[in-house]
Amino acid sequence: MTAQPLLAAPHTHTVFTVNRTMLAVVLALTPATVFGLYQFGWPAIFLFITTVASAYLFEILSLWVAGKPIGPFARDGSALLSGWLVAMTLPPYAPWWVGVIGSGIAIVIAKHMFGGLGQNLFNPAMVARAMLLIALPVHMTTWVPPVGLFEGPGFVHSLAITFAGSSEYDAISSASTLSHIKSQLGAGASMGAITPDLADLKARLIGLVPGSMGETSTLLLLAGGLALVFMRIITLAIPLSVLGTIAGLSFIASTLAPDTFAPPILHLTAGSTMLCAFFIATDYVTSPVSALGKVIYGIGIGALIFVIRTWGSFPEGVAFAVLLMNSCTPLIETYVRPRVFGRTRTGKPLPIAKPKRTKQAAGDKA
Amino acid sequence: MSLLPSLSTLLHPSQFFSFKGVHPDPRKYLSSESEIEVMPVPTLIRLPLQQHIGAEAEPIVARDDYVLKGQLVAKARGPVSANIHAPTSGRVIAVGHFIAPHPSGLPVPTITIRPDGEDKWGPRLPRMRPEDATPEEISAQVAEAGIVGMGGATFPSAVKLNLRAKYDLHTLIINGAECEPYLTCDDRLMRERAEEIADGIGIMGRALGVKNIIVAIESNKPQAIDVMSRYNRALDYVFQVKVVPTQYPMGSEKHLVRILTGKETPARALTADLGVVVHNVATAHAVHNAVRYGEPLISRIVTVSGRAAKRPANVKVLIGTPVSEVINHCGGFAEEPDRLLLGGPMMGQPIHNRRVPIVKGANGILALSKAETPGSDVMPCIRCGRCVQSCPVGLTPFEMNARIQADDLDGAAKIGLMDCLTCGCCAYTCPGNIPLVQTFHFAKGKLAEKQSRKHQAEETKRLAEARKAREEAIAEAKRQMMLKRKAEMEAKKKAAAEKAAAEAAAAEPMAQQTQGEANS
Repeated sequence: MTAQPLLAAPHTHTVFTVNRTMLAVVLALTPATVFGLYQFGWPAIFLFITTVASAYLFEILSLWVAGKPIGPFARDGSALLSGWLVAMTLPPYAPWWVGVIGSGIAIVIAKHMFGGLGQNLFNPAMVARAMLLIALPVHMTTWVPPVGLFEGPGFVHSLAITFAGSSEYDAISSASTLSHIKSQLGAGASMGAITPDLADLKARLIGLVPGSMGETSTLLLLAGGLALVFMRIITLAIPLSVLGTIAGLSFIASTLAPDTFAPPILHLTAGSTMLCAFFIATDYVTSPVSALGKVIYGIGIGALIFVIRTWGSFPEGVAFAVLLMNSCTPLIETYVRPRVFGRTRTGKPLPIAKPKRTKQAAGDKA
Repeated sequence: MSLLPSLSTLLHPSQFFSFKGVHPDPRKYLSSESEIEVMPVPTLIRLPLQQHIGAEAEPIVARDDYVLKGQLVAKARGPVSANIHAPTSGRVIAVGHFIAPHPSGLPVPTITIRPDGEDKWGPRLPRMRPEDATPEEISAQVAEAGIVGMGGATFPSAVKLNLRAKYDLHTLIINGAECEPYLTCDDRLMRERAEEIADGIGIMGRALGVKNIIVAIESNKPQAIDVMSRYNRALDYVFQVKVVPTQYPMGSEKHLVRILTGKETPARALTADLGVVVHNVATAHAVHNAVRYGEPLISRIVTVSGRAAKRPANVKVLIGTPVSEVINHCGGFAEEPDRLLLGGPMMGQPIHNRRVPIVKGANGILALSKAETPGSDVMPCIRCGRCVQSCPVGLTPFEMNARIQADDLDGAAKIGLMDCLTCGCCAYTCPGNIPLVQTFHFAKGKLAEKQSRKHQAEETKRLAEARKAREEAIAEAKRQMMLKRKAEMEAKKKAAAEKAAAEAAAAEPMAQQTQGEANS
């Protein structure tokens, strides 16, 4: 008999392997993405395809340079997900090279420079978004209203918008909800005066407002996120603590000073709050693993989003909030550990209630 | 294709925040409706001398001896050990070594018996009336019958029954959880032999002197729950039948105690410290047979299952029956199995040689097809935290793994490696298919080796120091002796000199006198 490899228990396995997990997240993102692409038309579709495809190419290139096996890693779906998330945070009419640079930053700098899959300290999509936002403030904040695939620019015209740098779309540019609030509040207007100018709640829930490609439809993102919770890909710890903190802080602030602070419902339905809570903050690699750690991390992100939106120089703070809390993850991980069965939090065995006469070893299982 | 049945196990609202434990696809339906069938006497019986935790039994038969069914062939050695009896009548053809029913496949001391087909009983143990017997007599009978924990841990049951001498016990928990997927032997036993099990439970309760008895059954065995609720009294006891959630590892002793009593067993302590003892249902059945009928433990129910098994079944087999014969009894393989296991898929042992025997703790033979087993490709850790969320002990398996890979065994031990049950939840749920349990086994072995080497080095050092001290003490004593001798000698010399001087002084005037006399 030839020697066989030693097979260790368990001999059964969950259906969720790495690539099935990534694909499940992509599937959960699909409704919101398809809706966003439909709303913003051909330029968005071209930009989306360019970004995802270039993310994939960068992944293969990085794997080749690093000398890693390309087959299994290219199939793991993580590059697809990173590229997808980068695309979702781009303005729909941005030129193609913004998408390529974004996915290059995400895959090469934020992921493979740190050692590839599972090794990155910062969320790749958010690194890309933050760097693009700082380097290309104009391109990254030029929003267009969603008019639908058939009402917007035609196929050829859209090719020009995405690939030839046609700048006619400036004419139709409009402000996102958050940037509008920011500029109006900055100009001294009161919240009460701004609110009538904003898209109504229904439009924000469905996604009929200007914004990044995939962040506008609050309801579809929520549905996708809940699907992930039901599939047990993520737990509710991070989404609830992010959303709860934003809602709680803005509720307190807007109750105390309704003229200068946006109300909770606006915070929850504007910008990329929903996308962040369910898809970005819950990124496995860059968030803490224990339940309590996740809650602390989520509260941190929620608080930072509120602070940056309210007092920072950018109207939207999701990318910075997530990156800042990413850098806290190792610290949270070190100090917030689950309690071991039969031990106190400090690691000492629990006290035995009644003193016993003698001790004798016995089996662990009957 | 394996995705579809698993979707039904996905929805567990309690797990939206945290998991603790896993819900592997149970696949018990493969064998749960097959009645227990008795397998005929096999062509060969192999009895390893180590079928239990503790010291190996000592063979008391020799080659060519004729043994009767139920005859003692190997005697327990030491306080934690178990007797082994001949499962059928026949001739001992070897007392030597044979491949262990263990993945290592190493040879272990084994008694081989060729059955004569008569299946003739020898003298049985004396029958007892447990109603009149003392606890000591009952546990002596259980020890004599060679009964061990039949859930898989194989701890000698009599030792556990004797815990009453050292602890104040109040509750006996009967573990009918059977949380491992595929296995249905306890389920079938409860459904078909409830009355006998109930009697065994009562006998064990009496031996332990407890007040309460709880029978814990997982919610996925409604028939067993139903029938055990009807047979819920024996020997003045009325047991509570409690339904526990279907979740792995529900059958882990300390976790079962926590879910039933709310008390958490401290690390490195026993459930007996809380006054609770846990026994398996199959053990209760064996105790019933031993006490009421004087039958030693010579057979057990084994689940044969897996998609590569042609006819999944629950079979009553004699201890020592070769695995291959049990499989042949069930129609052989439907396809060449990817893995052949003894035990359940979460903690069972893969075996490479199909001639290895069924031992007292073997509750299943699983022939798993390729579709049922995990693939071999391993991806890096993506820190998804599922291992942390599923760990029933509250460890951080991904971190322990990282530390072990970096050769930081002490660091891994510091964050709880030694508390690991190796239940397999982490590796089951790991999307990267990282062999976490294997790594932990390796690290535990390595740490034990390190510890024993350290102990050895310390012992050597201690002995060397003791020897040095002893030699120094001897040298010192010698020196002291010399000094004393020297001092004595000097004192003697001095005394002699003084004496001489005194004598001289006394002689001098006399001499002067004589001189004077001579001068005058």
